[in-house]
Amino acid sequence: MNYLGLSVWAVLVLFPFYWMVLTSLKSYGSYNSERVPQFFTLSPTLENYKEAFIAVPLGGYLLNTLIFSVLTTGAMVAVSTLAAYAFARLNFRGKNLLFALFLSMMMIPSELVVITNFVTITNLNLRNSFPGLILPSITSVFYIYLLKENFEQVPDELYRAAKVDGTSDLKYLWKVILPICRPTLVTVTILKVIECWNSYVWPRLITDEQAYFLVSNGIQEIRENGFGRENIPAMMAAVVVISIPLIVLFLASRRKIMEGVSRGGIKG
Amino acid sequence: MDIKLQNLTKRFPGRRRGGSGEVTAVSDLSLQIQDGTLVGLLGPSGCGKTTTLNMICGLEKPTSGRIFFGEEDVTDLPPEVRGVGMVFQNYALYPHLTVLQNILFPLENLKGAARPSREEMRRRAGEAAALVQIESLRDRRPRELSGGQQQRVAIARALVKMPRVLLLDEPLSNLDARLRLQTREEICKIQKKTGITTIFVTHDQEEAMSISDCIAVMKEGVLMQQGHPQRVYDDPSNLFVARFLGTPPINVFEAEIRGQVLYLLGQPVMGAPGVPDQPVWVGVRPEGFTPKEDGPVTCDLDRVEALGRDVSIVCTHPACAAGTVRAIVSSAREINTDCSKMRFGLQPDKVFLFHRDSGARIPFCPVS
Amino acid sequence: MNMDNSKKAWLYLLPSLILLGAFLLYPLLDVFVYSLEEGFNFASQTYLGVGGYNYLYVLHDPYFLQALKNTFILVLITVPVSTCLALLISVALSSVGALRQLYQTIYFLPYVTNTLAVGLVFMVLFQKTEYTDGMVNLLIQWFGGEGVDFINGPYWAKMFVLCFYTVWVVMPFKILVLTSALASVNQDYYRAARVDGTSRLRTFTRITLPMIAPMLVYLVITGFIGAFKAYSDAVALFGTDLNAAGMNTIVGYVYDMLYGDSGGYPSYASAAAMVLFVIVLTITCINLLVSRRQFRG
Repeated sequence: MNYLGLSVWAVLVLFPFYWMVLTSLKSYGSYNSERVPQFFTLSPTLENYKEAFIAVPLGGYLLNTLIFSVLTTGAMVAVSTLAAYAFARLNFRGKNLLFALFLSMMMIPSELVVITNFVTITNLNLRNSFPGLILPSITSVFYIYLLKENFEQVPDELYRAAKVDGTSDLKYLWKVILPICRPTLVTVTILKVIECWNSYVWPRLITDEQAYFLVSNGIQEIRENGFGRENIPAMMAAVVVISIPLIVLFLASRRKIMEGVSRGGIKG
Repeated sequence: MDIKLQNLTKRFPGRRRGGSGEVTAVSDLSLQIQDGTLVGLLGPSGCGKTTTLNMICGLEKPTSGRIFFGEEDVTDLPPEVRGVGMVFQNYALYPHLTVLQNILFPLENLKGAARPSREEMRRRAGEAAALVQIESLRDRRPRELSGGQQQRVAIARALVKMPRVLLLDEPLSNLDARLRLQTREEICKIQKKTGITTIFVTHDQEEAMSISDCIAVMKEGVLMQQGHPQRVYDDPSNLFVARFLGTPPINVFEAEIRGQVLYLLGQPVMGAPGVPDQPVWVGVRPEGFTPKEDGPVTCDLDRVEALGRDVSIVCTHPACAAGTVRAIVSSAREINTDCSKMRFGLQPDKVFLFHRDSGARIPFCPVS
Repeated sequence: MNMDNSKKAWLYLLPSLILLGAFLLYPLLDVFVYSLEEGFNFASQTYLGVGGYNYLYVLHDPYFLQALKNTFILVLITVPVSTCLALLISVALSSVGALRQLYQTIYFLPYVTNTLAVGLVFMVLFQKTEYTDGMVNLLIQWFGGEGVDFINGPYWAKMFVLCFYTVWVVMPFKILVLTSALASVNQDYYRAARVDGTSRLRTFTRITLPMIAPMLVYLVITGFIGAFKAYSDAVALFGTDLNAAGMNTIVGYVYDMLYGDSGGYPSYASAAAMVLFVIVLTITCINLLVSRRQFRG
């Protein structure tokens, strides 16, 4: 009984994935001749994948997304680590007040600030550029919070020991804190990559040249103007291509991702 | 390296706003430490001994007072240029580094001319590891080591920069009883071998007395007494020090001086020439009791515990502040455990008088 | 440590402070100002006056009212449905031994997929075109029902797909949170209940539910906030012109006002965004009140 219910949901989850792979393997002709959709295909073809890369700049979208994800995540980790270290390890006036302010900033919905950011970036002439895409996406109060909590678990004594040896704060952060907190850093990095890879709204607002589209915008573009008339199999091929990197990432680091998400609750 | 602490005071700001509730951790502490000695900083928890250690190390800045290493005033120097090595209570080994990397860590922090070559670093790390006998563990990580081994690594890490002063914060508190004995001898041996002036903090008086050349007893931030362990034990300057040193602890009775005679519950015990009439505390070391048919102190016998070489006689006395009185006597002596009363004579050099209010020692030459 | 490292600390915080200030704090104030500036002209950056006109306009705009209605329907349907469903699945999950890892992995998949991309698959599954009836309609016809175009068809059908897809997308998070909440309940309670011969239903309602209640509340609250901000799911299914499809959401309305074919009105967008902010803030405050009461109880 339990297994039955669980399996039903599993099928509901997996079916769209199956359907997209299946459709992407059907040829354009055979797909359109199916009045009644077929659940399998006997003549799989990779034509659609070729088509997906040739007819639309899918490769370019992927590259853009990769650049965007790597740079944003890298900058986020660097900036958040420094801030988290300041909160966790250093003493300064107004620390508690500032941290409370940081926490309350978690409540500001990104949909609200997008308007001004759009205007700011437009005025800075940064539309259709990587800086324009990346700058507003770097900071994440939540990750600062997560890292700070983790940094605080490193015993005080290690810091004192390092100070006796004349270790500078930056070196202590680099040689002691970061190696010890590596698991959390990895989790944060992966979560941010997922977030970047799937981001849609901000890139859509800030780019209107195809050369700067990310995969989400690319997909939307393909849906509205790509592949001539309704080439569903090619669309599905594109969907498969952009879904695979994250699914591979997920399967490779399943435990870290699930642990990180359940600890934080990022969605929403 | 001689170390001189001059009127050290450390106050921590209060938790409440406006500095009220300020805590004085160390108050007007002056202490001279001779070159090459092993000094135990002793006191109950919260007495300011770790704060003192941190100030010597440079992790805390004193609110007032100066610290001298030899002739050099190091009060305002950061820890790394003071030339101190420190071993922390929980060892503070970097969990992600191997034993060797941990020992190398302080050397890799050195800059400029002070920075030795790579081979020199390895040689010195090897020497330090050899000194504490952990050469075979060099590639392990801290969590793969036992507590005692971690302790040695921590000592090696502190010694590798050839410090002028070695500081140890509760070095034995995380070890089990057997290792504790072994390690404290080890520390003593290493200190003698290297000749580095060493200060360690402990709340365990036995530990401090057994290995120190000199102990300094602290209470609530104030230095109570300083000196060779045996001297301090035999000649405590106040009730606190007398109580803090020695196991089993000293027996303290409410007593009275009348007409230059010490009275215990109206019973004359011994003559106290030159002491004015007043209520006092009288302290008697456990080994100061001698069973004696006609002794002046009569106790109700509770039980007799065999300790092997000695026996411990546990009894009660109405004037005793703690309730039970413990006497240690050689087991060679026959003790009649059948009677319910026990009479003792007192050895004069094991009896101390203290002011009832201040607890300060009252000097006297006892006459039995 | 009493070393004064204020300067260093501020230096470490500087990048975050600059970025947060420029892209989070300043915009928050700015949006509020925008929403009060009447007749703002984007090109010349001038405005005519200050007042509540933008709010009046937005609140009378049929597109906004449609978006508001859509969003509320979406919230009221998907939050309870997804939470209950996730609870059922999590409970079932925690009672199976074998295959649990596999199920958990599968259930989490939607979390890591691109909403836009998979939305396209849903569109294909539900769409009815002149060439094909589509997968879902095929199933409906098997069971003797009548096919309907879920993508360009009647309102209820479109709303159904939107809700279905939203639930599909939010389930991984909820299942994950609830399974870990269930796993953290001390097994001794269950053993004690078994010794006392408590029925399974009673065990669930009297032990399990109260134990995971805080997590359920948390999920409902975050679910509300998340669903009020729904947008990309709708875009994925119905395309960027949501107003034409009659499936716009509040967030979609904000973006449409800001940019795109109907865009260029940051003041209206700001006013609409402020309405959204007030809704979200209200829920957050309710959340704080509820969790505080729970804490006291």
